[in-house]
Amino acid sequence: MAIVTPENRGLRLVVRYTVLTIIAVIFCFPLVFMIMSSFKPSQQLLTDTGSLRAFLPVGDLSFDNYIEAFARAPIGLFVFNSMFVTGTTVILTLLICSMTAFSFVYLKWRGRGLVLSIILATLIVPFETIVIPLLLLASKLPWLGLHGIEWGWLNSYRVQIIPFVADGLTIFLFVQYFKDLPGELIEAARVEGASWPQIYRRIVMPLSGPVMATAAILKFLAMYNSYLWPLMVVQKEQYRPVMVGLQYFFQLNIAWGEIMAYLSLITVPVLAFYLLLQRAFIASIASTGVKG
Amino acid sequence: MKFLKLSAGAMALTAGLSGHAWAQTALTMWYHGAGNEVESQIINQIVSDFNASQSDWSVTLESFPQGAYNDSVVAGALAGSLPDILDVDGPVMPNWAWSGYMQPLQIDESVIANFLPGPKGYWDGKLYSIGLWDAAVALVTRQSYLDELGLRTPTLDQPWNAEEFQAALDAAKNSGKFDYALDLGTAWTGEWYPYAFSPFLQSFGGDIVDRSTYLTAEGALNGEAAMTFGHWWQDLFANGYAPATQDGADRDTGFANGKYAFSWNGNWAALGALSTFDDTVFLPAPDLGNGPKIGAASWQFGVSASSEHPDGASAFIQFALQDKYLADFSNGIGLIPATAAAAAMTENYKDGGPMAMFFGLTEAQALVRPVTPGYVVEAKVFEKALADIANGANVEDTLDAAVDEINADIERNGGYGH
Repeated sequence: MAIVTPENRGLRLVVRYTVLTIIAVIFCFPLVFMIMSSFKPSQQLLTDTGSLRAFLPVGDLSFDNYIEAFARAPIGLFVFNSMFVTGTTVILTLLICSMTAFSFVYLKWRGRGLVLSIILATLIVPFETIVIPLLLLASKLPWLGLHGIEWGWLNSYRVQIIPFVADGLTIFLFVQYFKDLPGELIEAARVEGASWPQIYRRIVMPLSGPVMATAAILKFLAMYNSYLWPLMVVQKEQYRPVMVGLQYFFQLNIAWGEIMAYLSLITVPVLAFYLLLQRAFIASIASTGVKG
Repeated sequence: MKFLKLSAGAMALTAGLSGHAWAQTALTMWYHGAGNEVESQIINQIVSDFNASQSDWSVTLESFPQGAYNDSVVAGALAGSLPDILDVDGPVMPNWAWSGYMQPLQIDESVIANFLPGPKGYWDGKLYSIGLWDAAVALVTRQSYLDELGLRTPTLDQPWNAEEFQAALDAAKNSGKFDYALDLGTAWTGEWYPYAFSPFLQSFGGDIVDRSTYLTAEGALNGEAAMTFGHWWQDLFANGYAPATQDGADRDTGFANGKYAFSWNGNWAALGALSTFDDTVFLPAPDLGNGPKIGAASWQFGVSASSEHPDGASAFIQFALQDKYLADFSNGIGLIPATAAAAAMTENYKDGGPMAMFFGLTEAQALVRPVTPGYVVEAKVFEKALADIANGANVEDTLDAAVDEINADIERNGGYGH
């Protein structure tokens, strides 16, 4: 390996940044293609795919695809549904999974190791294998609503939220993070007479920003991108999320321009959420070794 | 007290005005047309007209995007939440009927006496579904290409035979004018393969399954005719007549860009082809030895097995079968109306209309895909076999393996009720 000297340090930096820039540009290609294509007529979009024109704002550009996309599907409703389901699930997941992890790490109850092992074992079970039993269960569960007890959870927000408010991966993330927190802090708080709920709320959670961000982003992506489950349990348009809504654009004659417009629109919340939490996310990845 | 009297009066008035609606029994309906504005308008109009036409039933519609529809129905069946009325893709219907998702229709069959055969969904001797339209595939080209290549223009009465079709492909290939002679649409995976390509197999004399019993594919998919088809199919790609793999963009624009001399495509793409070239012509399928064939059966209406009101559901379906609605769907989304009377009411399919040929094509050449619950599996096996052969797999081995797979599935399912 060449030795870094003051003479070649600049050159190495140039090479390194050039390579990184090329990689970054390659990673950006799909997004650039999507956004550029969303302004082109379908015919031009398909013709441009054979050249670099696909990534450039050239040709007959307009907002027609966006106008047509809004006419074809209730995009605002779908985005609201997805954001509501995803946001609620993320908040509940952070709460429930952090409390669960807290009990595994700090509360010395018998059998916690076995229970944690069972929870972690669920990580290797693909969701597709349990989806039918879950569907049968969800279609029969009771719910106390405004009109008394209702049977069956289909066609609701709750059926898209509640089955996902706890999961093995998020619990694992919190467990790993809590284990690395200084034990002296907890012991000191116990000596001072703090209760476990107080320790959870006042000491552990304020120190858990990075893992919260990581768990939130991973959960957000999983929920926002969910397709199979809402497809099976939601039969009314009023509860449909964005990914099922994407199917509105696949007709016999596929309107590719509208699809790109729709994809551009539904990507905005994901990008915004990631940009909001990216600093904490990267810090957490660096500290836990979890790969996104 | 005055307020109470006013409230009571208002309630009585409301009840009186809406008494018509209150007396109607509610029916639910699922439809696959979400995302298609025109189609949604037409189906909503039919529902609205039906609800206003009588006082017994009131249909409420829930539309699904087509790509998600079948999975939603299967999930709905598992969860016990199917509607009264649903629509079903023709070749899938026997599977849903056999699986207990559907029950026979209670409609007067004299109403459908004049319907094309494709839209009639029979299973086990009973009518389970009925469509308002059919779809057809044709060989799309330009009259100028035919003239330049010195080719006879085939007709429904005199389609090209195998030699003429081969000569047409050779002429196109040897002209040097096109990248490929034929665009088969290999980019469209899924149901396109059995729908568009099994008619070639049937025209050679083979089939996906033995229709005399529906209990085996032996002899149908690996007999002499099927092997001849397999080699013909492989040669199309090996000899450079058509691309074995294709991307969606090429499928959508290749013919319009002059890359192909002929395109094997459906009537749903016909208006686009007509607008691209003013000399676009639609040619019938070639006769490869056992008569010219094209696929048949599109989306159809049926009644779910769990419906407590099959009479009301059937009444709605019978109401929807009026020629004016058949014509509305055809004018709106370009599909082939199920009756000649309705075709005469349309812009595209009336005598002399730009797509009238497709109606005649459906009448003359259409053959429904195998009417068996096992079709949903057989279609996927057939698709994989054709894709493998196109990419160079051994024809005999591939078709034999496909037969084994289909037979094993039939056996696993106890013969699917045949």
